[in-house]
Amino acid sequence: MSGNMLKIENVTMQFGGVVAVENLNLEINEGEIVALIGPNGAGKTTAFNVVTGVYQPTNGAVWFQGEKIIENHPQGKMKAQYKGGHAGEYTQVLAPTPDKVTRLGMARTFQNIRLWKSQTVFDNVLIAKHCRTTSNVFSATFRLNRKEEAAQRANVLELLEVVGLADVKDELATSLPYGKQRRLEIARALAAEPTLLLLDEPAAGMNPQETEELTAFIGEIRDRFHLTVFLIEHHMNLVMNISERIYVLDFGKLIAQGTPSEIQRNKRVIDAYLGVTEDA
Amino acid sequence: MNKSKQKRDLLFLTVVLAAVLAVTIAMDMALPSYHIAIKVVKKATVYALVAVSMNLLNGFTGLFSLGQAGFMLLGAFSYGVLTIPVDKRPGVYQYFDGGAIKFSLPEVFAGVFGDTLGSVIGMLAALLVGGILAALMAWLIGLPVLRLKSDYLAIATLGFAEILRAFFQWNALGPITNGSNLLKSYPDFTYATAYVILAGALIALIVLLINSTYGRAFKAIRDDEVAAEAMGINLARHKRMAFIISSFFAGIGGGMLAMYNGTIAAASFKSTMTYEILLIVVIGGIGSISGSVIASFLYIISSEWLLRGLDSGEFLGVKAPGLFKNGFRMAVFSVIIMVIVLFFRKGLMGDKELPDLLRLGKRRKEAAPK
Repeated sequence: MSGNMLKIENVTMQFGGVVAVENLNLEINEGEIVALIGPNGAGKTTAFNVVTGVYQPTNGAVWFQGEKIIENHPQGKMKAQYKGGHAGEYTQVLAPTPDKVTRLGMARTFQNIRLWKSQTVFDNVLIAKHCRTTSNVFSATFRLNRKEEAAQRANVLELLEVVGLADVKDELATSLPYGKQRRLEIARALAAEPTLLLLDEPAAGMNPQETEELTAFIGEIRDRFHLTVFLIEHHMNLVMNISERIYVLDFGKLIAQGTPSEIQRNKRVIDAYLGVTEDA
Repeated sequence: MNKSKQKRDLLFLTVVLAAVLAVTIAMDMALPSYHIAIKVVKKATVYALVAVSMNLLNGFTGLFSLGQAGFMLLGAFSYGVLTIPVDKRPGVYQYFDGGAIKFSLPEVFAGVFGDTLGSVIGMLAALLVGGILAALMAWLIGLPVLRLKSDYLAIATLGFAEILRAFFQWNALGPITNGSNLLKSYPDFTYATAYVILAGALIALIVLLINSTYGRAFKAIRDDEVAAEAMGINLARHKRMAFIISSFFAGIGGGMLAMYNGTIAAASFKSTMTYEILLIVVIGGIGSISGSVIASFLYIISSEWLLRGLDSGEFLGVKAPGLFKNGFRMAVFSVIIMVIVLFFRKGLMGDKELPDLLRLGKRRKEAAPK
């Protein structure tokens, strides 16, 4: 594996008096599939939201492809309330909006599907291409961007074929069955041309067979689009099959990290999250 | 959507537009310019333009703004101030020594391009200036106001429009706006055809925008802001863009309304006007361009023509001066609107466009049991 893709450095996210994520350190290398697991309310999605710019962390920094993209330190009232560590180490404020983070090359899916409801499958993916559009509003209105538009449409069609949704491209996104909506969300994220794909519980609500298909699918797109994948998931089959490394969060703190087999043997993880299987 | 369908839609639209144009030209030739039918067509096209511009913002971007009357006022005043002939200015600005502006765009351009062409170019230029001023104002108030959501945005924009109206009646601005006095004696397009072509071209521009990549981004913001932002759409930038573009067209619409009315008074650009336009948008269907156009024609035809009698004592041959007096028309209107809102909950067209109706018939046939 080569360079460093994402680095979360001493990130603390505190809402009022509640510390949702505390001193999180995490690194993902190029081409890896890394999972973030933990019990409900452990702060997994919060960590995602910090990385994608939805939340501004209370303290700490996030690096993407070797560049610092997010940094913050406690300010105002938070100075007195701050409970995390590494206070005073960060002095800059870098707070890009989510759209900016996406344009840097990070795209995400949502835990509760967030497709554009009134749009067709095709348009849902096409709209995600908008952030890569170079034409301005005038040239787009007067159709001076035909070439770009045609290229985008061809690209979207190709993408839909890869994810197996080409036959339903003119249907409304919300008319698709649940599993396909999940796939569509991934296709939409891919259309934004990311290098790092963040999947927030991609298998939520899926049956074992669908989960198995999804596992294969994630591996497939990783190879095809040369992606790095960072995912949150509760389906341990999926996580253990696909991830190269796993980070485990509990009550906002990192309690373990390592390869799937290491995590499966880790006492703290078993106590906090995995539990003991009956035949063990 | 495949190519042949697209072609058929385009053909259908062309036929409809050509028919509308032919009817208007025939009306212009057959009827005198003061005839009620001509007046109705003129006013309805202006309202259609403004309604479509409002739909761009409220229906396609999901920003509930009620500032339309304010932007129209800017467009109307720009048009009036820039086009009143120089020799008529002392009469119009009688309380302000003939006003501060001593030129008239149609006359300026007439000197360059000849009388007819020059004055038409001058009038169009004045409309354009109105649009640009409205757009600039939208940019300015958009900075603070667009951070607000739903109802709060509506209240803020409504307030802005009211402030602007009061501001334009301020006596200190009299040399330009004529204070609370009327602006009049400015030129008008005599033919309804001119209105139809101009408004039609501007609406076509809005349609092109909505079907472009930017229009798709607007719709994404309307459907799910969080997802739109996560997919790399800069919310602030795109909302501002929609607001400015919508205001630009509302400004031009205001100029055309001034043209149609023959006089401009700031007092007439009340919030009632915004509500009228909102009503048209709702009746036509939020998110449907053709719906807005159809609804504005229906609305103007009934309010200006068909239901006139309800205010003046006689309606459909029934004479009831006691009941049919001033204001009764609006009461009947309220009932009609309630019926529409109850039975056509998504408006006449929903979010469909005219060519979609072709497919609707076909789909029904397919769905019918064999």
